[in-house]
Amino acid sequence: MMEQKMNKGWASQDHVGEIKSELLELNMGPQHPATHGVLRLLLETDGEIVYKCTPVLGYLHRCAEKIAEGINYKQWVVYSDRFDYLAPMCCNHAYVTAMEKVGQIEVPERAEHIRVVVAELSRIASHLIALATFGLDMGAWTPLLYMFREREVILDLLERISGGRMLYNYMIPGGVRYDIPNDNWEQDVLDFVTMVETKKVPDYNNLLSYNKIFIERLGNVGVLSVEDCFDYGCTGPVLRGSGVKFDCRRDDAYSAYPKFDFEIPVGEGEVGQVGDCWDRYMVRMKEIEQSCRIIRQALEQMPDGPYQTHELKKIIKAPAGAAYSRTESSKGELGHYIIADGGQIAFRHKVRSPSFCNLQVIEKVGVGMMVSDLVAFVGSLDIVLGEIDR
Amino acid sequence: MEALIELLRSLPGASGMSDQTAFIAAAASMATIMFMVMALCAIVFTWMERKVAGFIQNRYGPMRTGRWHGVAQAIADMLKILSKEDIIPAEADKGLFIFGPILVLLGSLLAWAAIPWGPNFIAADFDLGLFYIFAVSSMVILGLLMSGWASNNKWALYGAARGAAQMISYEIPLALATIPVVMYVGSLNTTDIVVAQQGGIWNWFVFRNPFLFIAFFLYFIASIAETNRGPFDMPETESELVAGYHTEYTGMRFAFFFLSEYANLFLVALIASMVFLGGWWAPIPGLPNVPWLTFVIKGILMVFLNMWVRWTLPRVRVDQLMHLCWKVMIPLSLLCVIGSGIWMMLSGQAGV
Repeated sequence: MMEQKMNKGWASQDHVGEIKSELLELNMGPQHPATHGVLRLLLETDGEIVYKCTPVLGYLHRCAEKIAEGINYKQWVVYSDRFDYLAPMCCNHAYVTAMEKVGQIEVPERAEHIRVVVAELSRIASHLIALATFGLDMGAWTPLLYMFREREVILDLLERISGGRMLYNYMIPGGVRYDIPNDNWEQDVLDFVTMVETKKVPDYNNLLSYNKIFIERLGNVGVLSVEDCFDYGCTGPVLRGSGVKFDCRRDDAYSAYPKFDFEIPVGEGEVGQVGDCWDRYMVRMKEIEQSCRIIRQALEQMPDGPYQTHELKKIIKAPAGAAYSRTESSKGELGHYIIADGGQIAFRHKVRSPSFCNLQVIEKVGVGMMVSDLVAFVGSLDIVLGEIDR
Repeated sequence: MEALIELLRSLPGASGMSDQTAFIAAAASMATIMFMVMALCAIVFTWMERKVAGFIQNRYGPMRTGRWHGVAQAIADMLKILSKEDIIPAEADKGLFIFGPILVLLGSLLAWAAIPWGPNFIAADFDLGLFYIFAVSSMVILGLLMSGWASNNKWALYGAARGAAQMISYEIPLALATIPVVMYVGSLNTTDIVVAQQGGIWNWFVFRNPFLFIAFFLYFIASIAETNRGPFDMPETESELVAGYHTEYTGMRFAFFFLSEYANLFLVALIASMVFLGGWWAPIPGLPNVPWLTFVIKGILMVFLNMWVRWTLPRVRVDQLMHLCWKVMIPLSLLCVIGSGIWMMLSGQAGV
């Protein structure tokens, strides 16, 4: 059937207009090195120029929202891990925040601090992967291995606190599953944060960010205007790359974030226009530094007390009602809308995932680009298919 | 070649050999040696590339196969590649599909004939040497375009089109950069070029005048593009075109491309050391010197430089690549030719 559909597309060449040559229909993905997962881009190209770009989704659909209607609130934390599997702690955090809002659950202060620390560690890990694979898309192999080396340290730290290396299932409504371990964990995190700030980020900047070829490839490429960002609902580093100072951690503060002092880096058009691929890249690089700042403050102000509320042993029931909460995951604004009917299972659970909205913009910006630039653009959006297809 | 004929003649029972037979026998043995060298360099350089990449990327690279630092890794790879199924896509143009890799290999193999390994150690010592090398290595483009087209795969076609555009363009600065040297020597004969650089490092052409110094770097950049390696690996660009022109190839046919890539890599490095870096001459005149070993060491150093660049820099875009070639490198190399000529006239070296 697919073939029939494609043949039809070949036959009707209305859109070609004055161009004499045929457009070449090109399937980029679902198995392609530059699509960051099982994304399929249907391209219509003339030589190197892309005339139409349609993302085709659904290859990783796992019915996560529907499953929420069959299992209880605590059990669903596992599925939130699998949303953005590069920053699971942020996704955990997003879900439990919404859950606590609808269930009216009190969270101890210590738990909030621990949550912030692990979520920011997760954010650094996610940004490292984003930058590394972006470099790889641009043909720079070596930064990939350097950044994965640092990510490994984060995974080790998170393993020590949660027991998992990639999917943690660490936060639960009303707290976190385990307290900070007694093996000097806090000091190790501080050491790592200092290392990243003083050594690693300057290293990356020297090696990749300010490389002449890298700048030539990315400056003025894939410029995303603020209007486009608003129209398509782009959030996170993509929105901030276009120069909008918006961050849920500050503007719609949740958890313990209001207590901490941090800046929101925005794209400044350092090597080209504001909102080009390089700006989005650089926003992530600067966010790593800001995350380090937050982690340091959260650890220094870490209060004593319980790390989860006491009545958590029981099954959680949420009173009838609905709640939406939005949090800043590493990819952007991650929102959960939960409708509760008074039982232990959600009546409806809807997720607003940032990558899904960020990806849509490719339809508009991708037109007229070269194939190589399209790869750069997709890389700079930093999408995760687990979150898009859910 | 003459030395080889003498050697063959001196063998017991071969003294009565006619001139023709001796020539053919010598040519056959030389060709065999060259092919062996080429196969060997693919094995050595795949291992070396992994080790260099590992070194740059803060990891080990192959460590298990062959006990010491994975020295047998390339052999294991070759065995694996030999055992793979040979797939020809159903819609492919079968003849071209088969012929493409052969032509690629042939193009890079033929050029080896004119490489002077030592004073008397050259397969074909003839007056058009350098020109011949550049001419036959252009055949690689044909093979590349052929296999990309025949694969009946859009990615392969993209890779082939990019590859053809890139390699044809970069052949111009590549050849132009060597022209000043040819002007100094007054000959295209490869042996003559090396002989002209006798007498220490300051007689190497790279240091003869500032224009030649620039020409050396132009040559080096163009040679990276000519071998299709990063940051100019447009025909492959694994993050854009999957694997470029060899997307559909498997097994031994794929190995042909692989073999030819590393043979080409060493070839351009050897040309660099032959034309600019004094060929088989040692840097200091009095030094004890094994000609072919010196030559090969210089070549390997150039290959190392190439790998260093590849594993450090990001890739340029295809239009930037063309821009660099036509608007920067070709004018610059023409300038080198003119400047070098003026320099020769002013310093009284012209008018040979």
